[in-house]
Amino acid sequence: MIACMARSPVLTFTEKGIYCPAGDFFIDPWRPVDRALITHGHADHARPGHRRYLATAAAAPVLRHRLGRIDLDTVGYGETRRIGQATVSFHPAGHVPGSAQIRVELGGEIWVVSGDYKTENDGFCEPFEPVACHSFITESTFGLPVFRWPRQSETAKRINGWWHTCIAEGLTPVLGAYSLGKAQRLLALLDRGIGPVLTHGAIEATNQVLRAQGLALPDTVALTPDTHLRDHPGALLLVPPAALSGSWARRFGPLSTGFASGWMQMRGVRRRRSVDRGFVMSDHADWSGLNETIREIGAENIYATHGYTEIFTRWLTESGYNARIVPTEFNGEDSESGNAA
Amino acid sequence: MKAFAALFARIDQSTRTSVKVAALAGYFREAPMQDRLWTIALFSGRRPKRAVTTRQLREWAADHAGLPLWLLEESYPVVGDLAETIALILPPASGGSDHGLSHWIAYLKDLPNLPEETRKARVLAAWDRLDSTERFLFNKLITGGFRIGISQKLMTRALAEATGQDPSDLAHRLMGDWTPDTVDFETLVLAADPQADASRPYPFYLSYALDRDADTLGRPQDWTAEWKWDGIRGQLIVRNRQHFVWSRGEELMTDRFPELARAVDALPDGTVLDGELLAWENHAPMGFNALQKRIGRKTVPRSLLRDAPVIFMAYDLLEWGGEDQRGLPHATRRDRLRAALADMPDDRNLRLSPCIAFDSWDGLARVRAGARAAHAEGVMLKHRDSPYLDGRRKGDWWKWKLDPRTIDAVMIYAQSGHGRRANLFTDFTFAVWDGDDLMPFAKAYSGLTDAEFREISAWVRRNTQQRFGPVRQVTPHHVFEIAFEGIHESPRHKSGVALRFPRMARWRRDKPASEANTLDDLRRMLAACG
Ligand SMILES: [Zn+2]
Ligand SMILES: [Zn+2]
Repeated sequence: MIACMARSPVLTFTEKGIYCPAGDFFIDPWRPVDRALITHGHADHARPGHRRYLATAAAAPVLRHRLGRIDLDTVGYGETRRIGQATVSFHPAGHVPGSAQIRVELGGEIWVVSGDYKTENDGFCEPFEPVACHSFITESTFGLPVFRWPRQSETAKRINGWWHTCIAEGLTPVLGAYSLGKAQRLLALLDRGIGPVLTHGAIEATNQVLRAQGLALPDTVALTPDTHLRDHPGALLLVPPAALSGSWARRFGPLSTGFASGWMQMRGVRRRRSVDRGFVMSDHADWSGLNETIREIGAENIYATHGYTEIFTRWLTESGYNARIVPTEFNGEDSESGNAA
Repeated sequence: MKAFAALFARIDQSTRTSVKVAALAGYFREAPMQDRLWTIALFSGRRPKRAVTTRQLREWAADHAGLPLWLLEESYPVVGDLAETIALILPPASGGSDHGLSHWIAYLKDLPNLPEETRKARVLAAWDRLDSTERFLFNKLITGGFRIGISQKLMTRALAEATGQDPSDLAHRLMGDWTPDTVDFETLVLAADPQADASRPYPFYLSYALDRDADTLGRPQDWTAEWKWDGIRGQLIVRNRQHFVWSRGEELMTDRFPELARAVDALPDGTVLDGELLAWENHAPMGFNALQKRIGRKTVPRSLLRDAPVIFMAYDLLEWGGEDQRGLPHATRRDRLRAALADMPDDRNLRLSPCIAFDSWDGLARVRAGARAAHAEGVMLKHRDSPYLDGRRKGDWWKWKLDPRTIDAVMIYAQSGHGRRANLFTDFTFAVWDGDDLMPFAKAYSGLTDAEFREISAWVRRNTQQRFGPVRQVTPHHVFEIAFEGIHESPRHKSGVALRFPRMARWRRDKPASEANTLDDLRRMLAACG
């Protein structure tokens, strides 16, 4: 470590995002740059306008689908690349299919940028792998002890139970979920013994991209303006969150709305979204997931980004870590922003 | 606690009133008597005596979860509810319990007499046997504030459904200062109650705003017109040598208007009048603000009686000589009312709302234009042949108000102000009914007096359901009349409409939330003036 002290740090925080001076690249930058390493395809990480992109091969189809014609180079998980003086590799983050943590090594000093991650194996995306490092830049979207996720199987049971009840009561269940990641994770958990799953166009578009790259997704029926529910008895509608409110869903008659997200842990958020049922299911690490990961990887420097960074870093500092807040473009993010769920 | 937790979950998970009421009615049919009684008590704002302080509760919870206290304190504003915060941070329970609601209330009742260490051990033992929802409810029993989207009115409806009792009878029974320790379910809810019979009001007949040209109503001589007063609709009842005053919000307000006590001297037993409570001075109404001072308080200081004296302006006769008059034509009821109030001395504080003579609709329109000068909001039209119906019915009664650009809305969110008003809640979000849901449609932050802002601020603090940073979600309870300059279509708003310059014209304390306007009303206004 002493050898590193004289050099500039492996990664720095600039107004364009996380930057590696030794390799002259950025990770998930929010302003256009020459070379961007992208952890995953969510809009708050993969932005348009960069000259060159690097991501995992598994993330590439979604990136192309969302960003159009981009100059995109891909790597496999664990494969190393030399960029300038730095050595980089991508490691599974368990967040959405293709998502990665990015490891950057320079002269024996290792930094890891987590991107978004989830520690529970959802049986669907590449399971999270803790990566030993000296400095860890971690998301802390749910960095409060009130966030503890029930096991996925438990939530799945609740969702299927609700689906059952809806059918018995003559209501159409409409389940809201983010279209990349959460929606496909749910597809694998929804019990087809109850009925078919009809998917909103935004979700079905992502499904097609993932199917085309070889992911096995259960069958879905794409909703079109001509879809009649009577042709699909017992169906559940899987839609992006925005379609839950407003007029889109109303044409399907009496509904019961549900929403699957980590924020549903809090009664206040559940009520404010005014959905009938909230299901606690997140693609981010909960309090224990964050803390266990930090313990496991052995980093002494922790940089927190997203969510309750101030509280989380204070907690880490008191627990003996060298913890700081990463300056981000968006402060004052609210609980219903973007893909953070 | 399992049955109560299941009830809570069903109520909490639904945005539909009918589902909530059905769940509650089911519970009132099946739960043990003592649990039913406690449920009524909790949902009507009563709670067991505080067994431990919230300070102790926080410390014990943090300790048990192995977290520093500050971390719990920082999590609390994010969650917005202490009972919920604690339920969420505690480690999973190691066992379960089949004990019901009243067991846990009794469990808490024993605590104050025990040494602190034992008290802590008992609370921790309880947490270790309750699942997350049960824990949240157990904590709520300690911290108080059982507001879960069930108004007293809905609870009364559910109880009526479960027991076959009359809702207004029940509403009366549930008033007063009973506790589950002083009364049992049988006595409170089921036993015969002659007092309730004596005070029982009739359902109010509510009018619609006139939505067409007056001259389409037919011949002027078939209608009576009177001022649309700007007060609180009420019923004055005299039976068994006692008097009762009910507001339209089905609230018994007898004690708030001691001026009307002499009605007993003025009217025979078996009399029920429909009319308007008005603050009154020098032979004229004082305006709604003066009256408003009288509504918020249960006891009336002498100075207020002097500054804002109240009269009852009668306009209909519902019962006379103990006989229901509602089936008679309006003109007949009016004649009888006039006779009943003839030669009434001023100090009885009872007045007859005069009829406005008119022989053409144009003539009446001119009279209506002068309503402000008469301290009225417009005119009321009632068909001479109309019986007194219950609820809101179209056709026989119309209110023809001067300014149609107001809407009665329910306050659902509050936010504190800036500068001088930083300690007050001054920014509010209002909603109208969309079926059983409340649809937010406007924000307003002006129109109330400082005293009213102080009062509503204190209420917001006590009735916060959740916090979202500076925004507090409050119990949907208070109705405000929102005045505005224009209304137009707006796809950007969830409600589909946007108002120009919305402001709080007045605090409608007389109206229950259920009688706020609807999204359809807004859309009609949009069609009419948009
Ligand atoms: Zn993401
Ligand atoms: Zn993200």
